[in-house]
Amino acid sequence: MTMVYEDPGDEATDVPMRRIKFTVNGQKKIAEVEPRLLLSHLIRRGLGLTGTHMGCDTTNCGACTVLVDGRPVKSCTMLAVQVDGRVISTVEGLATASELHPLQEGFKEEHGLQCGFCTPGMMMAAKALLDENPDPSEEDVRWALSGNLCRCTGYQNIVKSVLWAADKLRAEG
Amino acid sequence: MYPSRFRYEAPRSLDEAIVTLRDGGDYAKVLAGGQSLVPMMKLRFASPELLVDINNVPGLDYHRTDPDGTLRIGALCRHADLERSTLLTSTQPTMAAAAPLIADPIVRSRGTLVGSVCHADPQGDWASVVLALGGSVVAQGPRGRRTIPVADFVTGPFETVLEPDEIVVEALIPPATGARAGGYLKLERRVGDFATVGVAVALEMSGATVTRAGIALTGVGGSTIGATEAASALTGQTLTGQTIEMAAGLAGDAARPRTDHRGSAAYKRHMVRTFVTRILNRAGGST
Repeated sequence: MTMVYEDPGDEATDVPMRRIKFTVNGQKKIAEVEPRLLLSHLIRRGLGLTGTHMGCDTTNCGACTVLVDGRPVKSCTMLAVQVDGRVISTVEGLATASELHPLQEGFKEEHGLQCGFCTPGMMMAAKALLDENPDPSEEDVRWALSGNLCRCTGYQNIVKSVLWAADKLRAEG
Repeated sequence: MYPSRFRYEAPRSLDEAIVTLRDGGDYAKVLAGGQSLVPMMKLRFASPELLVDINNVPGLDYHRTDPDGTLRIGALCRHADLERSTLLTSTQPTMAAAAPLIADPIVRSRGTLVGSVCHADPQGDWASVVLALGGSVVAQGPRGRRTIPVADFVTGPFETVLEPDEIVVEALIPPATGARAGGYLKLERRVGDFATVGVAVALEMSGATVTRAGIALTGVGGSTIGATEAASALTGQTLTGQTIEMAAGLAGDAARPRTDHRGSAAYKRHMVRTFVTRILNRAGGST
């Protein structure tokens, strides 16, 4: 992949590039990054995985949530260089070629999105919850999604969608 | 938003981290969870020239109790680890109450207690909790280790006595001599917002008598406030309507709130009294 940086035009302050290796949605990658590159930008611009959305860019909205080593992080608040040796999952990794993930099905069945901007972050935060707790209560779901903002739905259908997915995942075993 | 340009090192041992930090002089910062530092760098409120990322240093993600009852929280123990900790729910009511109220669930999966204390934000919740519990931090540098009580550690907003080449490797909570009681209450406009008001109360009880009390306040002054007079008023007393009212009043007096978009100074001071009363009522068995 190619990342393009501003040239400071000064030998003394040359850009301190780092080579990192990581896995994203099961695929191994190598990237040359400047340390100040944010993980969200590596994902969107470097990898072209634009399903991860940048909402607030201030650690509030959660639209940029991805999983790093299985734990949810706001990718605007982590440096790309920090994923060296780690495993990233983004929303693009949820579905297989032929089948939606139960979370995606749930959002479809329960009308869990309107504009859709917050949806990838909601799904990844929900994935982290369901990986840890396959049988969450409504309260558990609301708690787990409390770091993700939605301005359309009023959250009701998002919560229903996640509970739908939890039922389906448990039924599938 | 991008941080300004910096060099980045990710050492694999504490010794290596300290050497790297020393070479960075006054313009190096330690990166742990990064949930305060990275946003501040993006806003250019902080522009370190060197970041020393300690996330690859093994053996810092613990929280455990020594045989004597001292609780140790390592520099890479995340808020989420503390939120899920059965050790805290069974032995540390003030900490167990605070853990789920830090930031939001996603921030909690990265941010650390030690980082929060070192950040010394007057609106940081953990500093109040650790202060109320009479806790300390352990700093390691080229000259060895030193233990600094949190009461002496934070000197002002975002300011501590930590030397540029020191890393806080753990926080310590001293053992209780009696049964622990207390809690943490936080008023916030929404999940993840900074505290409008936060109150930490840590008690040790012998029967119905308070043998040790610590009260600390979040977000109502230029730094974390220890309400020492309020705590003293409870020591040796039982929790009655009268002693609770006295302590709540003194805690309100200790607050130095300012009117801002989160509320008026009078409202915040009132909430300090209310929260102290609420926590003490619960500790005393009445609601």
